[in-house]
Amino acid sequence: MSFGLSRRASFAFAPAAVLLASSVPAIAAAPVPNKGDTAWMLISSALVLLMTIPGLALFYGGLVRTKNMLSVLMQVFAIVCLVSLIWVIYGYSLTFTTGGSFNAFIGGVDKVFLRGVNAESVAATFSNGVVIPEYAYIAFQMTFACITPALIVGAFAERMKFSALLLFVTLWVTLVYFPIAHMVWYWAGPDALADAAKKVAAATGDAKKQAEAALELVQGDAGYIFQWGAIDFAGGTVVHINAGIAGLVGALILGKRVGYGRESMAPHSLAMTMIGASLLWVGWFGFNAGSNLEANGTAALAMINSFVATAAAAMAWMFAEWSAKGKPSLLGLVSGAIAGLVAVTPASGFAGPMGSLVLGLVAGVACFLACTSIKNAFRYDDSLDVFGVHCIGGIIGAIATGILVNPKLGGTGILDYVAKPGEAVVGEFVLATQVIAQCKAVALTLAWSGIVSAVLYKLIDIVVGLRPVEEKEREGLDVTEHGERAYNY
Amino acid sequence: MKLITAIIKPFKLEEVRSALTELGIQGMTVSEVKGYGRQKGHTEIYRGAEYAVSFLPKVKIEVVVASQDTDKAIEAISRTARTGQIGDGKIFVSAIEHTVRIRTGETDDSAL
Repeated sequence: MSFGLSRRASFAFAPAAVLLASSVPAIAAAPVPNKGDTAWMLISSALVLLMTIPGLALFYGGLVRTKNMLSVLMQVFAIVCLVSLIWVIYGYSLTFTTGGSFNAFIGGVDKVFLRGVNAESVAATFSNGVVIPEYAYIAFQMTFACITPALIVGAFAERMKFSALLLFVTLWVTLVYFPIAHMVWYWAGPDALADAAKKVAAATGDAKKQAEAALELVQGDAGYIFQWGAIDFAGGTVVHINAGIAGLVGALILGKRVGYGRESMAPHSLAMTMIGASLLWVGWFGFNAGSNLEANGTAALAMINSFVATAAAAMAWMFAEWSAKGKPSLLGLVSGAIAGLVAVTPASGFAGPMGSLVLGLVAGVACFLACTSIKNAFRYDDSLDVFGVHCIGGIIGAIATGILVNPKLGGTGILDYVAKPGEAVVGEFVLATQVIAQCKAVALTLAWSGIVSAVLYKLIDIVVGLRPVEEKEREGLDVTEHGERAYNY
Repeated sequence: MKLITAIIKPFKLEEVRSALTELGIQGMTVSEVKGYGRQKGHTEIYRGAEYAVSFLPKVKIEVVVASQDTDKAIEAISRTARTGQIGDGKIFVSAIEHTVRIRTGETDDSAL
């Protein structure tokens, strides 16, 4: 039955394509999505959802005390639902449409309520002439918008009011996530660049100047950080640095948990943390390999990199802890795995597997030091080490991406869509230029997210208050905020 | 009648129970408890956070015996619960004034 339907649909479409091809022979027929790519993107979207619920929720939930277990699960699940709604109402439009005179920083309102999008709409990928259904792209990017604010809750776990959290997340995705994602990821796409470049090649005289100006416009139709030439395959800046710094600022503004440093705040179930970390790893294949937007060799590269860097970082953390603290711990091992996944995120489709191995080793040791020495030296209460793992791991990954993309180090190089219009070729690579662009992207993300988050926390503290009263915090947020317990024996 | 309260290592519980049963002592009450004596605790490390755990898990046995059985019971418990390492636990003995079996109303020695 469904087979018959799809055949009819393709017949209905065919005359239009023929008509287009015969009337304007110079322009190729509009590309249609490949079924393999579409299937991969739908699966990847589901995998990224799996990362957040139950992956991240269990990873975080196991690390808090019994009395706050449900509050963490609740916060993560509620954020997924809340941000999904915001995404289809205005988030997608603000992130992935052109924003007129503010286009460098934020998209426009053309697609609020997904206006104009239907099952035939398509979104660009990274290859000329390859598209995916726009709904698949919207769903995939929705899962990214959902997980990023969910990462933040680990920094102030066990001590934030639920109402304040919902308010914070609504404002944070609007004023931080959508702009940063737009700045890093929004661009006109390979075909728009190729079409404009072809016109430049075909034109002569005055027409050539006009065509060149048109090409510049297409090249300029991209986010601020994208225009710097900074690359971020799956969200090192957009997701991890962004969430990591917002978490640190939150931990500092909310202050330490009641009893921090005096009472035991040992994780209540590292078994759940291990399950959560493993689900995160599995889901992360959708996150990283899915970010290729096509089911091809680069997606496979991102997948192998997400294996190698993760394993390397887990081993690195384990051995670092073993030599520094005397025992190799499960929590250390799985924390290292997450640090490796974070670090390889921006590099996953750019670095080679051996580059990823080195990246993983560095990230594992660096994040171990950040979560132990640095945290203890500055004595801030980042409950579940959002800063130490996501921000530090994200910064290492973002900068290393600029080094490891080098074809001489086994990287893919950066594609140039204009040099030979219609086919993407590896462009010239200058190490210093690339690393500087990466550093600028890191700095802008840290500053934007750090400052705007600080303002939001302060504002919400004045309006509804960030923390429950001390007595309620002592009793646990499960009972006082949600009226239920995680475990009834 | 005497109440014997013994704090022992959890893995010794089964040996102690069967030794007391062999003496003809019927019934006991067991609780999982935490505490410390001369045995030191240990340190647990969760990423950067280190916690000194001074209360260690133990099992508390409470058994009421007829006065003439007290020494035999104490000997059985100390023999079976002993490992020779610090942390084997302690036995406390106190007097019991009166006992009632709820089902039958029997009292004192016949209620044990």
